[in-house]
Amino acid sequence: MTSRARALRLEAAGPLGRRHPLLIVFAIATLTFLVAPLAVVLPISFSAAKYLTFPPPGWSLQWYARYFGSREWMSATARSFEVAVLTTAAATAVGTAAALALRQPFRGRSLVRLIVLAPLVVPAIIVAIAIYGLYAQWKLVGTLSGLVLAHTVLALPFVVVIVSATLQGIDETLELAAQNLGANRWHTFRLVTLPLIRPGVVSAALLAFITSFDEVVVAIFVSGTQAATLPKQMWDGIRTEIDPTVAAVSTLLIGVTTLALGLLALVRR
Amino acid sequence: MPALAWLGIVFVYPLGRLLSASLFTPTLSLASYARLLGSSIYLTVFVNTFEIGATVTMLALALGYPLAFVLATAGPRVSRLMLAAVIVPLWTSVLVRTYAWMVLLGRRGLVNEGLQSWGLLDAPLPLLYNRLGVTIGMVHVLLPFMVLPIYSVMKGIDTDLLKAAQNLGANRRQAFLRVYVPLSLSGLATGSLLVFVSALGFFVTPALLGGRRDMMIAMLIDNQISQLLDWGLGSALAVVLFAITAGLLLAVQRFTRAERLWARIP
Repeated sequence: MTSRARALRLEAAGPLGRRHPLLIVFAIATLTFLVAPLAVVLPISFSAAKYLTFPPPGWSLQWYARYFGSREWMSATARSFEVAVLTTAAATAVGTAAALALRQPFRGRSLVRLIVLAPLVVPAIIVAIAIYGLYAQWKLVGTLSGLVLAHTVLALPFVVVIVSATLQGIDETLELAAQNLGANRWHTFRLVTLPLIRPGVVSAALLAFITSFDEVVVAIFVSGTQAATLPKQMWDGIRTEIDPTVAAVSTLLIGVTTLALGLLALVRR
Repeated sequence: MPALAWLGIVFVYPLGRLLSASLFTPTLSLASYARLLGSSIYLTVFVNTFEIGATVTMLALALGYPLAFVLATAGPRVSRLMLAAVIVPLWTSVLVRTYAWMVLLGRRGLVNEGLQSWGLLDAPLPLLYNRLGVTIGMVHVLLPFMVLPIYSVMKGIDTDLLKAAQNLGANRRQAFLRVYVPLSLSGLATGSLLVFVSALGFFVTPALLGGRRDMMIAMLIDNQISQLLDWGLGSALAVVLFAITAGLLLAVQRFTRAERLWARIP
């Protein structure tokens, strides 16, 4: 540890004295509680057992072989990537535009904000059955576009929140300067604003991707039986029998999430 | 404005349709709501939901407050590492996390096998498909929503205030309880509200870890819609759940704070 870090640490601990060792133990135990379940899935996915047991009696790649050899799992994976990529594109574009629009005051702005952010807190089951009801009528259940439309609604608030926060941090006089120098609004956005907020937009896109890729409740209702996404396929798998193929898929999902968050940390640096 | 059109069509309009389905099945009446109130089974589900929500919130607070404190007072490198251990689970699919608990808590799961091999247990404990399993799983899923708001408020507390309190004669415990804790209350309130509200609408975790007797509102909605095809009652339940959620959030007026929180989570 550098001396600067040590100084900071002492400074932080200063007025409260040294933190009680029990407190540290408690915090570490709580962190273990958070992380351990994710860590447990990994060895299970390499288990040689025919059923779910821990610790695994031996190691094998049988569950990965089953996953990669299964047409259903493969098509669900492809479907999930398709949906997530399209959702990311749609949510990032629409959400960035919304964040820009919400920057200027206008009548009804707070209502618009409320509607845009509401999917963060409205229970997923309500969104799911509401959209399901509509899609049943519009014959959108089980379609790619239906799922992308729905996932975009869920991903939009993250994009708006993050891009808005980034917009607050940039110097608006730069945009004014560009306009004074003859740039139209699109050029100003393309050449000045966007480069300034790029880290925020990229972070938002990554989170939109995770949101869609991991989403299960809406997918359960809307993706139908023929066009299941990966989480929907997992849900069906867990409900019928808890076979370790799901552990292999879980490991891959954890990998994708960690990768996306790692990229995000890089972008934010 | 495309965002608004999009949300209007795929979010607001379907929600409105739910409201109308709850009222117009088959014709305009409050019959669905009357059925909801008239049956003790549905009431039990509401009681379950609130009990589980309250338990989960209290447990998350008991675990989350000390953790947030350690996070907020740790050195920068340690705290970054610890924060990652909170954020990676947060963004991991709820389904994956719930499945992990099925692996851990099952009859042949890690916990039971471990306790048995150490001779602490003769027969496996029933940890799954009951209230205990749901509670453990939900605390795990929702804990980050408790830790992060408390952490971000604690980060902003000026520790000079504590020095001042100590200069004025308070001991460390008094300084902590009378100065630090009150200053962290807004984070604590935001976290608790977020956890409680999210818990009320939870679906995946209770559906997979809970038993028949621990049915929560979201599971009942699913049951009505996908098994019984009863859109009247299902929609009425959804409207009630929505009203409770929105009411709680608006009453406490922490919506903007929750929003700011999300900006910091990644």
